[in-house]
Amino acid sequence: MAEFEFGVDVEIAAAISEVHRHEWARLVASLTRRFGDLDVAEDATAEAFVRAVERWPATGVPPNPGAWLTTTANNAAIDRIRREAKRDAKQQGSLVLSDDAPRPTGPVDDDRLRLLFTCCHTALAMEARVALTLRMVGGLTVPEIARAFLVQEPTMGQRISRAKAKIAATRIPYRVPAAADLPERVDGVLAVLFLVFNEGYLSTGAATDPIRSDLTAEAIRLTRLVQELLPDDGEVAGLLALMLLTDARRGARISATGELVGIDEQDRDAWDSALVAEGHQLVRDRLQSGVPPGRYQILAAISAVHTSAPTVSDTDWSQIVALYDQLVRIDPSPVAALNRAIAIGELDGPDVALAAVDRLADVLDSYHAFHATRADMLRRLGRTAEAAAAYDRAISLSHNPAVAAALTRRRDGRRATGRNAD
Amino acid sequence: MQYLMSVLHDSTALATDDEMTAIDEFNDRLVADGHWVFAGGLGGPATATVIDNREGRSIITDGPYIESKEYMIGFWIVTAPDLDVALELARAGSKACNRRVEVRPFLGG
Repeated sequence: MAEFEFGVDVEIAAAISEVHRHEWARLVASLTRRFGDLDVAEDATAEAFVRAVERWPATGVPPNPGAWLTTTANNAAIDRIRREAKRDAKQQGSLVLSDDAPRPTGPVDDDRLRLLFTCCHTALAMEARVALTLRMVGGLTVPEIARAFLVQEPTMGQRISRAKAKIAATRIPYRVPAAADLPERVDGVLAVLFLVFNEGYLSTGAATDPIRSDLTAEAIRLTRLVQELLPDDGEVAGLLALMLLTDARRGARISATGELVGIDEQDRDAWDSALVAEGHQLVRDRLQSGVPPGRYQILAAISAVHTSAPTVSDTDWSQIVALYDQLVRIDPSPVAALNRAIAIGELDGPDVALAAVDRLADVLDSYHAFHATRADMLRRLGRTAEAAAAYDRAISLSHNPAVAAALTRRRDGRRATGRNAD
Repeated sequence: MQYLMSVLHDSTALATDDEMTAIDEFNDRLVADGHWVFAGGLGGPATATVIDNREGRSIITDGPYIESKEYMIGFWIVTAPDLDVALELARAGSKACNRRVEVRPFLGG
């Protein structure tokens, strides 16, 4: 973490960032439970790490760093509450988050899970949920989150402060939802994590790297945490598998010249075989569970079929189309239908696919992938002029430089110029 | 903790008989479950009068303080332990009156 790197020797710095990774969320979560206030918990946790940076180089890392940090953070929180109580005894009451201690807790009793459900509450705007989750659960600093989403630091700081204030003022509860509400609320948490991952995997900012591995790594780390907390939830496992199987292809995804390389042209030897194996195992475990899969599990299964094929021509397209059929039944979105059409193109040919794509024109006209897919089908049908026009439209709508470069290349009829160029 | 649930409306049409029946049933449930504090329906924006006596001149203006397509046509004040419970009540209230409902906490509640 950037804020802890000033002048500390390398070994201690490494130890601190390791402890930071493992203990941050636990500390914020337990302090929030104890003191009923996210703001106090966040500040006290940050202060405990600042103290560690000050002390540990001289004293060495304590034998139980987590316990040391907990004590230090607790003391910092108590100090702050005492200071504030002196300053304004009356105001203090209004800051306190509701504590549901006497009520029955949800199916899983872990403070970190409470924290996650609070940060991802549906009464908060999506961008606030993302920022709050990365700060409170992920332990990223405000400047790091601001950089990740290309906004000014004060703007990001304000976004997080407002979210915390709304949680306190409206009394968003600090608890794991009841079993009946859990699937919907877990879905909300997963949507936040998937958004973080996708922002990392396909950044929208023109001035950033096309792949932001800091964000994808953080999304995977947090999803692993959620899986540890909710091991029986199929969609959590599905999202983790999907992220792993997507991230496994990272090394092959951008060519030497910075263009996005489609899965059909990627160098499969450059895929991360350990991540592929882990992702496949998760998908197999879900299949064996016999429980009907949700959206993330189906997407993971599609990704597993792709990554099982040694070459693109070995891809089992009929299985992929069958999975997309399953997907569009539970996810009637036009984007799912577009991806299904692409798979149809491989199985039944571009003419059948183009008809399916064209049926989506009304809803997807401003989506670059719609025009890119149309262009690919038109090119395969030999309708060159129409294909070029569709590529141009796709390029003008894309927000990622690597995507635009890849589309330009396809329009101009060139192959990828990466390590897999022929 | 108390919450204001404002009913948002965008025409001059009054609630239908079916809506009134559903609202009455919802009100009965609020009372039975101990959430009820107060509720009421309001006249439309055309019935509003604004008074500004900040400088002691008591200026009276006809009409609402802000012209907008949507306005508050009624409200509930409910008591609930937290926002999740309040949102659950608002969900049922919105269904009953067949309109959008905005939920806001009272300060210091």
